[in-house]
Amino acid sequence: MENMVNVYFNGKKYSVPADLTIMTAMEYAGYTLKRGCGCRHGFCGACATIYRIKGKNELKTCLACQTKVQEGMYVASIPYFPTDKRTYDINEVKPEQRVMMELYPEIYSCIGCNACTKACTQSLNVMRYIALAQRGDFAACAEESFDCVGCGCCSVRCPAGISHPMVGLLARRLTGKYIAPESEHLTKRVEEINSGAYDALIEQIMNKPIEEMKELYNTREMER
Amino acid sequence: MFTPEMMASVRKVEATREQRMKSEPARMSAEEKEALLQAFHPDYCKDGFVEIKIGPNKGEKVPLELGKLLHSNSRLLDVTLDLSKPEYDVDVLIIGGGGAGAAAAIEAHEAGANVCLVTKLRIGDANTMMAEGGIQAADKPGDSPVQHYLDAFGGGHFAARPELLRRLVMEAPDAIRWLNDLGVMFDKDENGDMITTHGGGTSRKRMHACKDYSGAEIMRTLRDEVINRKIPVIEFTSGIELIKDTNGRVAGCVLLNMETGEYSVARAKTVILATGGAGRLHYRSFPTSNHYGATADGLVMGYRAGAPLLYQDTIQYHPTGVAYPSQLFGALVTEKVRSLGAMLVNAEGEAFMHPLETRDVSAAAIIRECSERGKGVTTPLGSGVWLDTPMIEILGGEGTIERRIPAMLRMYLNYGIDMRKQPILVYPTLHYQNGGLEIGGDGFTKVMDNLLVAGEAVGGIHGRNRLMGNSLLDIIVFGRNAGKAAAAKSKSVELGELTLAHVESYRDELAAAGATEEGVSPLLLPQYARHENKSCSF
Repeated sequence: MENMVNVYFNGKKYSVPADLTIMTAMEYAGYTLKRGCGCRHGFCGACATIYRIKGKNELKTCLACQTKVQEGMYVASIPYFPTDKRTYDINEVKPEQRVMMELYPEIYSCIGCNACTKACTQSLNVMRYIALAQRGDFAACAEESFDCVGCGCCSVRCPAGISHPMVGLLARRLTGKYIAPESEHLTKRVEEINSGAYDALIEQIMNKPIEEMKELYNTREMER
Repeated sequence: MFTPEMMASVRKVEATREQRMKSEPARMSAEEKEALLQAFHPDYCKDGFVEIKIGPNKGEKVPLELGKLLHSNSRLLDVTLDLSKPEYDVDVLIIGGGGAGAAAAIEAHEAGANVCLVTKLRIGDANTMMAEGGIQAADKPGDSPVQHYLDAFGGGHFAARPELLRRLVMEAPDAIRWLNDLGVMFDKDENGDMITTHGGGTSRKRMHACKDYSGAEIMRTLRDEVINRKIPVIEFTSGIELIKDTNGRVAGCVLLNMETGEYSVARAKTVILATGGAGRLHYRSFPTSNHYGATADGLVMGYRAGAPLLYQDTIQYHPTGVAYPSQLFGALVTEKVRSLGAMLVNAEGEAFMHPLETRDVSAAAIIRECSERGKGVTTPLGSGVWLDTPMIEILGGEGTIERRIPAMLRMYLNYGIDMRKQPILVYPTLHYQNGGLEIGGDGFTKVMDNLLVAGEAVGGIHGRNRLMGNSLLDIIVFGRNAGKAAAAKSKSVELGELTLAHVESYRDELAAAGATEEGVSPLLLPQYARHENKSCSF
């Protein structure tokens, strides 16, 4: 007999193998998932979940696909959370502090409770990246928020109504587009291609017989 | 945490590390690779395939699981729908909300078209989001699109369609520039130079990355841009059957609300299928690195409407899926782990191959190590070989793993395995559909001049094997192109009366061939619920 534990999905008790994740345990229990299931490997944030262990006071947040079941776990999946994304034109905004004030003014209502950081399923320092956004230090905010999967657990717990993942996303786009230095080799190569510098060469290789291509491929020099 | 038996093998890996690091394992010759693939790659095992009985690819082989869906009937045979009252009526209908669909939506919108994107789960629930390692483009001084062409053509066993591969490599630098200008944060040095590495089978270091969240960073940026542009996105709504018109063109799609079960009709002057891959069909019972919705829906819909497939019999098994712990079974361990220097090592501590052979060759070599050679490490669900990750910290300095592959580090730390100090166990996982619907260089299918395909649903871009970093590239290049081409085409399309007659003639053909399978297709979602033995969940 497998080692089983008792878990409660939406308050209903199921006995499931102890080595399953919350997600696979729900499927073991018979659920066909539609909401609350995406990439199943910890990258998409679809399976934001709240749980509490019977007899303990602390409320925990996690990704259902990355978390093992435990005895006495009371589980609620979050099917959707109304995160508030503001729209803007990336070509019109500038990487200035003013942008955050205009698009996400509520970040200045942060009361410093740190509930966002405690709720983060990626163990990011969410409150710190919000503080960096407040100061207009977008590059640091971008770096600090980079591993965010947008599950929204931080926003669920925020008393100030901040949509943290959206703040980090704006900081990253501003950083990628405006703050990170330009790649001159990239600009140059795009211009070369557009000017037709490779047209004849690519035409040539496309029309080579397979045997010649095999020879070229098998003897090509490898950059070390 | 590893078992004591595994730890005994870890000691052997540690004991040989210093010696192993003094030299690079030899690469295989073309003949060695061919023999290895023939003997150990799943694509070469005949019993995993079935012959297609009807349609444009009749007589060709296809994986059993996809064959079953191609030989199944539509969900709509007994459904009465009024096609004359469409819920949506647009210039460009995009089916699929991954990287290709989102890129297409942005470009079609930019071109002024009336666009609508429908997606089975949420926008961004796609393999794009899970691509870790990077995206190729020949933009460095020692590299060129021609060299990129040679690497990809050879790596794909000289089977790629030249007109498609040309577009892929020639438009690669512009794809990177486009993403950069949308705000994607590529790894750069202080001068702005892209930090690039090798992937399996590349002759130049042209792998661009965003740590090991490359696809996620691209996808969340594209999604943000789609929303900023206020492009209508219909989530939890699946395309289940293409609609044609009385002139034989595609004219839209029947949609299914995944939550309420309600059908609706979308009429469109052009349709872009961007439905992605098929990992969740679990060919040959392999685990998969794919997202929940990867069930080849677009291939089934397209084929039923008459569009031919190409290379539908070639599947990519990523050499390094997680073999242990069981909770992560099949999850991707990015190729970047090997790009950064980790060797593949067997249970005895021997480096049994060069770590950067192409994916098909690497997968076959790992399967050989675990089967014929008996040098795999036993795990609860099978076996695996070591990926010697502590080498990365020795080669790149302490902190390299946290800086360059934070997602991998986090994934393993969740289960008490610190890959900075201990090697990890890997085994091939079902990763990518090399084949798909056939298109011309302009992105259109060859039988319907207003039906386009982009992304993993396309066959022929990569030939019979795909190099790391060419998939994130193809979704951008072919997604953008499909969006532009569809927007332009929609200006000249006059649709006739809408019809689903092809669904009935497909049924008749199946019946006449005696090939009808039970159940309906497309599948939409894999059946993982333990008590669900139904062939249809709606």
